[in-house]
Amino acid sequence: MSTAASSFVRAELIAPIAPPPTRVGALAWAKEHLFGSVGNAILTLLGILALAALLWPMIRFLLIDAVWHGSERSDCLPETVGHAVGACWPFIAAKFDQFMFGFYPAAERWRVVVVYGLGALSLAPLLVPHAPYKTLNAALFFGVFPVVAAVLLLGGVFGLPPVETRLWGGLLVTLVISYAGIVGSVPLGVLLALGRRSDLLVVRGASIVFIEFWRGVPLITVLFFATYMLPYFLPGNWNIDGLLRVLIGVILFSGAYLAEVVRAGLQAIPRGQFEGAMALGLGYWRMMGLVVLPQALRLVIPGLVNSFIALFKDTTLVLIVAIFDLLGQLRAAFADPNWATPVTLFTGFAFAGMIYFVVSFAMSRYALFTEQRLRVHRR
Amino acid sequence: MIANEPGPDAKPGALSRADRMPKDRMPKDRAAKDRVDKRATRGVRLSDPRIRAALYQLVLLLAVVWLGYEFWKNAAANLQARDVASGLGFLERPAEFGVSLSLIPYTETDSYGRVFLVGLLNTMLVSGIGIVLATLLGFLIGIGRLSSNWLVARLAGGYVEIVRNLPLLFQILFWYLAVLGTLPPPRQSLSLFGFILFNNRGIIAPLLRPTAGSAYVAAAFGVGVLATIGLALWAKRQRDARGAGMRVFWKGVALIVGLPLVAFIAAGAPVEVELPRIAGFNFAGGVRIIPEFVALLVALSIYTASFIAEVVRAGILAVPRGQTEAALALGLRRAQVMRLVLMPQALRVIVPPLANQYLNLTKNSSLATGIGYPDLFAVFAGTALSQTGQAIEIIAITMAVYMALSLATSLLMNWYNARVRVLDR
Amino acid sequence: MKRVVTTLCMTMLGVAMMLGLSVAAGSAQTLKKVQDRGSLMCGVSQGLPGFSNPDDKGNWTGFDVDVCRAIAAAIFNDASKVKFLPLSAKDRFTALQSGEIDVLSRNSTWTSSRDASLGIIFTAVNYYDGQGFMVRKSLKVNSALELNGASMCTQTGTTTELNLADYFRSNGMKYEVIAFVTADETVKAYEAGRCDAFTTDVSQLYAEKLKLANPADHVILPEIISKEPLAPAVRRGDDQWLVLVRWVQFAMLDAEELGVSSRTLDEALKSPQPETKRLLGTEGAFGEQLGLTKDWVVRIVKQVGNYGESFDRNVGTGSKLGISRGLNRLWTKGGIQYAPPVR
Repeated sequence: MSTAASSFVRAELIAPIAPPPTRVGALAWAKEHLFGSVGNAILTLLGILALAALLWPMIRFLLIDAVWHGSERSDCLPETVGHAVGACWPFIAAKFDQFMFGFYPAAERWRVVVVYGLGALSLAPLLVPHAPYKTLNAALFFGVFPVVAAVLLLGGVFGLPPVETRLWGGLLVTLVISYAGIVGSVPLGVLLALGRRSDLLVVRGASIVFIEFWRGVPLITVLFFATYMLPYFLPGNWNIDGLLRVLIGVILFSGAYLAEVVRAGLQAIPRGQFEGAMALGLGYWRMMGLVVLPQALRLVIPGLVNSFIALFKDTTLVLIVAIFDLLGQLRAAFADPNWATPVTLFTGFAFAGMIYFVVSFAMSRYALFTEQRLRVHRR
Repeated sequence: MIANEPGPDAKPGALSRADRMPKDRMPKDRAAKDRVDKRATRGVRLSDPRIRAALYQLVLLLAVVWLGYEFWKNAAANLQARDVASGLGFLERPAEFGVSLSLIPYTETDSYGRVFLVGLLNTMLVSGIGIVLATLLGFLIGIGRLSSNWLVARLAGGYVEIVRNLPLLFQILFWYLAVLGTLPPPRQSLSLFGFILFNNRGIIAPLLRPTAGSAYVAAAFGVGVLATIGLALWAKRQRDARGAGMRVFWKGVALIVGLPLVAFIAAGAPVEVELPRIAGFNFAGGVRIIPEFVALLVALSIYTASFIAEVVRAGILAVPRGQTEAALALGLRRAQVMRLVLMPQALRVIVPPLANQYLNLTKNSSLATGIGYPDLFAVFAGTALSQTGQAIEIIAITMAVYMALSLATSLLMNWYNARVRVLDR
Repeated sequence: MKRVVTTLCMTMLGVAMMLGLSVAAGSAQTLKKVQDRGSLMCGVSQGLPGFSNPDDKGNWTGFDVDVCRAIAAAIFNDASKVKFLPLSAKDRFTALQSGEIDVLSRNSTWTSSRDASLGIIFTAVNYYDGQGFMVRKSLKVNSALELNGASMCTQTGTTTELNLADYFRSNGMKYEVIAFVTADETVKAYEAGRCDAFTTDVSQLYAEKLKLANPADHVILPEIISKEPLAPAVRRGDDQWLVLVRWVQFAMLDAEELGVSSRTLDEALKSPQPETKRLLGTEGAFGEQLGLTKDWVVRIVKQVGNYGESFDRNVGTGSKLGISRGLNRLWTKGGIQYAPPVR
């Protein structure tokens, strides 16, 4: 072969031509997912319109038109500002202490902040799956922290001036009720779930009656029961604090719901585990505590976190028994004539809504994250 | 029990009691050893698990009974010491307070028993309509989340995430205070089509009062419904016998809507329209829906719809993918796949949690106390309780009502579950 | 062996709990409880200017508050040894019944059904009041009889709802009632225009008017449609406590009648009048009979003042409410406040 022949024989391959633009990249994706058919295209347009109609006024209200500085209601009126007013953030700033602490005496607020800090410090390593010393951490968060927090918040010992629970309010009350509800209802729920699966007839019957009773009534009825009826059932000279009564009601209610969640987890443990434990000679409690429950609880962490989210949202109900949690403080703040403007309501709702949303959303994301990890592990 | 055998709870490989004794004290012959073992295994031993189980149950039973007795005794003593009235006699006393919404005729001289009924009906009203709206919206959003349109799926997902993560009372207050509370006063109402008015006293619509000829319209409606049912049954029989039958849906719609319409026109429009008009302070004529009801209904529906959407989505995802693929391979359109193949199978998974959500909606309607809607809780366990002071009876009755609802729903769900249970191997 | 020990321990724990619970409901010795506790638990409203209102720092002042402070002054010689519990109209009586508070001083109307069937008992009328209406001036209504068809905002669990029903029924008028749990919500709804009129006791109307954004836009109609004798209340079954609270109130009235005020206290102590000497404890042992000290009235008047001073300071001409004494004047001045004598 002479080299002259290679003039019409390719020496190297031609690069492939790029595919047509409607086949790859953003355009293709849009065509398939957004404008696939006429119906889809109409839906997409409607969706974009709806999004614009919702988002743009919200951004304008919260950021662009909002008033950021001021000290009284006239600072948030359109006449003073010159244009239509959005959110009145000075209102939130003025009421911020009430939202966070309620009527906790100003001089003692450092105690609440210390409790928040300790709680966050002991909770954070517990949430990271790879952090070591989990048992120690759990003992700290579930055992030591409540005692320290109770001492700090209530006072009366170690020279700390006592602060009555009637003065607590706002986010403090919301977190106290959520935490106490969670910590108190897990052991109760576990016991009830075990009782419901028990072979002993009386134990099973009692557990079923207990669970169905507390699950069958609305939480508000439970709170009313705890606040107004419980004192009748106790000896006359016992005097239970109002907040403690609410906590008891919440723990009983939440324990019954958790019992069902834990029961689902127990049902998912293969019989082999039980039989193996029994073959090793472990008694009932050792079997449950060392073999079954660790697996069952790990399985239902998503369900547990969902219950905790529900509990966190249900703390708003204490408004109806005259305990001022975050929503209660918000409503009281709305009634203040010093800040009555047309935008006060929306501002307050935006602020409280953001707090509730962020916390609940974070918890639900965590539940999802744990679920993913568990699924990977089990495979 | 054979004397030489180890006891019922002894570890495997254990020796009998006689054989475990120290060598210098062990009985010498087998007969003596048997006597020792027999004595050891006779009677009630705490290490026998059956005895222990019985003991624990007895203790628990005694504790529960004793606790109940103590509570009852304390309650009786406290009630007597404080001279609080007790008993159910208060149900016959006149209530003497007004209620802003009542489905049955109610005046202030009616008894507390009637107040209970009024509250119960109000609860059922808002729960019933709320269930219908929540289901419609929930199914829409649930199916929308699985749509192939990316934007629609994300919007539905965003809706569910936002609504689920905000407390219900927060949402109720938002709708009541921020949305309905900022509507204009009656004289400057916003109006839709000119005769439906929105103001801060509520939504006011014209009242349609049936007059003389309306019985025919009602009869025609009844005939239409019966005819549709008959047609559907007949078509089903045809389909079972021959494999193909006529489609009944649009014919049924024509019957149910068309017949009454014809009767309506033939009878000369036998309905009297009462338009609302401003008279004095409020509106006279027309029907007024109080804003408390609207706020509660809207908030409950939106909130529960987000949970129902998740349930529906989980149900549809639970149907194996193979079903969808086979249906598509058969040439069905996506909408037909959803209607004919996915939904019937998904319903088996959807219905139990759906019933749970309905129950939750009914229980959540008790939050009406927060905004002044006169439902069972607000009117009975709220006002009646503070006027009569009989906390125990009133709260017990209220709890009993909700418990009855829950139990009824549980039983219904168990029955449905048993019926549609997939019989596994 | 270990199992037996465990079972025994659990049983003993259970028995201990049972024993703890079965402490009998003894007759409430409220005075002793208050003294042991070192402070008085007083139930008040959730913020009614002039009657019981907290300032920004949480200090409570008001006409009802003064009653509790007077009791604390009489028992502890320190009017500040009181803890205030804000209560809505709905849960005020249950809080008293359940023992959370020792005395309810929350402008509550004295009625027969409340005395008889709620497990509480009223002490002595603090303020003679009546129920009235407040409307916007723009409605151009001059009398309550023109309110046919109007909607009323009111607080739930009060005599207001009942009186409203009676008044409108007997005058053949129609109305719509919207009931809220707290007074704040009620006022807010009225201000937002949810209802045409706001109805409650006239003294409360004056107080709530102060909380409105534009008080001058609203007017209180002249009709008084009911009798509302406002009185503090205590639990039934403790006569000693009932008598003590009642006589603290009477002491304040007697002090005003005899001309003893916080300013004239020193001269009054030197007065030769036998009634004054008995009142201030210079003669007789009337304080000890009640379970207090000899100088109980001195303590009250010095730290809180007499009835007139308390009235003027909180709700009368010396305050923002500016209500005239009217029926609440002493019987010697044409009103109906009449206290039995200390002797």
